[in-house]
Amino acid sequence: MYKYDEIDQQLVDERVAQYRDQVRRYIAKELSEDEFRPLRLQNGLYIQRHAPMLRIAVPYGMLSSRQLHKLADIATKYDRGYGHFSTRQNLQLNWPKLEDTPDILAELATVEMHAIQTSGNCIRNITTDQFVGVAPDEIIDPRAMAEVIRQWSTFHPEFALLPRKFKIAVSGTKQDRAVVQMHDIGMEFYRDTENKVAIKVWVGGGLGRTPILGTVIREHLEWQHALTYCEAVIRVYNLHGRRDNAYKARIKILVKALGIDEFSKQVEAEWLHLKDSPNTITEAELARVAQHFEAFDYATLPAHDSSFDAAIASSAAFNAWTKRSVHPHKISGYRAVTLSLKPHGKAPGDATSEQMHVVADLAAEYSFGELRVSHEQNLILADVKLSDLFAVWEKARAYGLATPNIGLLTDIICCPGGDFCSLANAKSIPIAQAIQMQFDNLDYLHDIGELELNISGCMNACGHHHVGHIGILGVDKDGSEWYQVSIGGKQGNDASLATVIGRAFSAEEMPGVVQKLIEVYLKERSDEERFIDTVRRIGIAPFKAHVYATTESKNEAAHV
Amino acid sequence: MSNLITQNEIVSDDWTLVTLPKVDQEVRKQAGKVVLFKLTGENTISAEQIANTQIPATGKILVPLSVYLARKSELATRIAKQEVGIWLATHEVLESLPNAEPDLNIFPLIAVYVERFADGRIFSIGNLLRTRYGFNHTLRAFGDVLRDQLFFLKRSGFDSYLIRADRSAQEALQSLKDFSQPYQGAVDDKQPVWRRLNRSQNNVA
Repeated sequence: MYKYDEIDQQLVDERVAQYRDQVRRYIAKELSEDEFRPLRLQNGLYIQRHAPMLRIAVPYGMLSSRQLHKLADIATKYDRGYGHFSTRQNLQLNWPKLEDTPDILAELATVEMHAIQTSGNCIRNITTDQFVGVAPDEIIDPRAMAEVIRQWSTFHPEFALLPRKFKIAVSGTKQDRAVVQMHDIGMEFYRDTENKVAIKVWVGGGLGRTPILGTVIREHLEWQHALTYCEAVIRVYNLHGRRDNAYKARIKILVKALGIDEFSKQVEAEWLHLKDSPNTITEAELARVAQHFEAFDYATLPAHDSSFDAAIASSAAFNAWTKRSVHPHKISGYRAVTLSLKPHGKAPGDATSEQMHVVADLAAEYSFGELRVSHEQNLILADVKLSDLFAVWEKARAYGLATPNIGLLTDIICCPGGDFCSLANAKSIPIAQAIQMQFDNLDYLHDIGELELNISGCMNACGHHHVGHIGILGVDKDGSEWYQVSIGGKQGNDASLATVIGRAFSAEEMPGVVQKLIEVYLKERSDEERFIDTVRRIGIAPFKAHVYATTESKNEAAHV
Repeated sequence: MSNLITQNEIVSDDWTLVTLPKVDQEVRKQAGKVVLFKLTGENTISAEQIANTQIPATGKILVPLSVYLARKSELATRIAKQEVGIWLATHEVLESLPNAEPDLNIFPLIAVYVERFADGRIFSIGNLLRTRYGFNHTLRAFGDVLRDQLFFLKRSGFDSYLIRADRSAQEALQSLKDFSQPYQGAVDDKQPVWRRLNRSQNNVA
């Protein structure tokens, strides 16, 4: 993975000094609350319900063992011994003290980490596929470009104070796993007819209050122009995006208001001036960055391993885990492994310091000292030998990291919700936990099969509820917490937004409601059909009928 | 004491800011909130305001863009004497200035007014004035200008900053040096760091 040179290191060190002085001025009351807000947000610091929350950047989800050990130590020293991995592939600390945050950043800088632009109205962390570099269906490994974009976007002077946050995702696979269509800019790397690396650019996607999938603004962009083209897009947005209403300030609103043709015309006009300017990426610079992402020194291994086959045969539990948590790898004899941060009954995405140390050790021992954070809030060991899988599983299981539920109903994507977040309308973690307990029977869970259930505590949609096969949104009605249920959302190439099924439910009703949705699916599904396929085939009406018929009749009964 | 920084020094301000006369305006509301930022290109200045703007008879004057566009002919002799600068707010249409005056370097000063710290349009405006419209005299930021914008303003082409009156310009000078080697090319140094320095010698182990 990318390693800092003196230039990178000096920049994060200078950032720590700058931020330390900003905090000093705030505490000394030289900065008002309002003046400090944009400064602290650009450093990932929120003031939350109980304490500040600090969001630490994990660029495109890549971490080294050393970095994860440091994060674990920081969580122990400055927090309550755990952290929360977010859908932006970042790590959030829920209980740091404001006055400690400069020291936390100084410690992060020692392992080439920071919290720069993890919040605020600026270009945020660049995200990508968690199987980048190892996926068999990968055409281009976009990590070097992601790093080039990261550096370019860091303290970009023209785009330091945009109308609203700005998220960029990159992907280089046939099967999109980076959800590029729900980003402000999504870039899909591919090989064009001349076998050159090119980019298909989407613009104006996003979830939140107004969920919209992105629109293709350019089918073919030569990779050298990635930065200048982004400059053109973001300049049009910076000058013309709405600043009078935070809910209408994302680029998606501007694109819809102007129409893609007019927006695209303005971008092209801007780009004429910017194209070939010095920010145009050179072969040499890409090569310099790309050498950090060269393939590991893989062993030459056969496609099968007898010890692995024997372990599968003798342990049903191991077998079940490999079905969910082990993923194909482009190198023979290797696999990628997902360590589940979704044990039933715990907050999705949370990891204790002890678990972080264990994962860091596993990565060091079995996966070239590196790991990834997925936007589904799990941790990935990307390069494990087939013959090591059993050992990895045993250790992961001992520390609660091997729940065989990856891609299943209880692998819930969930924001921190009303327990922590001051934006939330409703709690989300207890709903996730209640649903996980409702479906705690593993055989039943596996029978239901692949299902993505996403929960957000408010319409800001950190839990990506719009693209969940089942999406749950916390809403506030007269001061109490209710949950709106939608079905039919999906991420990936054939992304779709979910449809709300009807009136909202109380927290207590929620496990039962999900149960009802599953009942309809189990009754209606044809062979090999996943929940989402059934919803797409038969529509939401049968689901709606079953869910509400039962609750209505119960209500009637209560009135008798 | 002056709160004006120009070319990395605190200097006295010998320009007189000309402002439009205030008019009673209805506060516009949208979604229950007062509109803090005017919509892009919205014309909020009346012909009457422009006509009633008092322009001092002598000295260096910083004239609102709208007043300049409408009353350019009365200012011709003073422009020749280098006594006229132009100021505009971030929501105004920048292009109207180069459209009316292809050579912006007849002005010794252009100033951009930023109503709120968080309004980053000022950076794009600075960039365009320097790179698109070829302005190479003093470019000033004023309004809600605090030290934490200075590094970005500098990189966007500004070289003069009128720090908000309740803050120290002396302390603000520090922030011009926040970062020694920024990554990307911008107005002040068009080369990104990889063209500025030889990064390849920092070898990967």
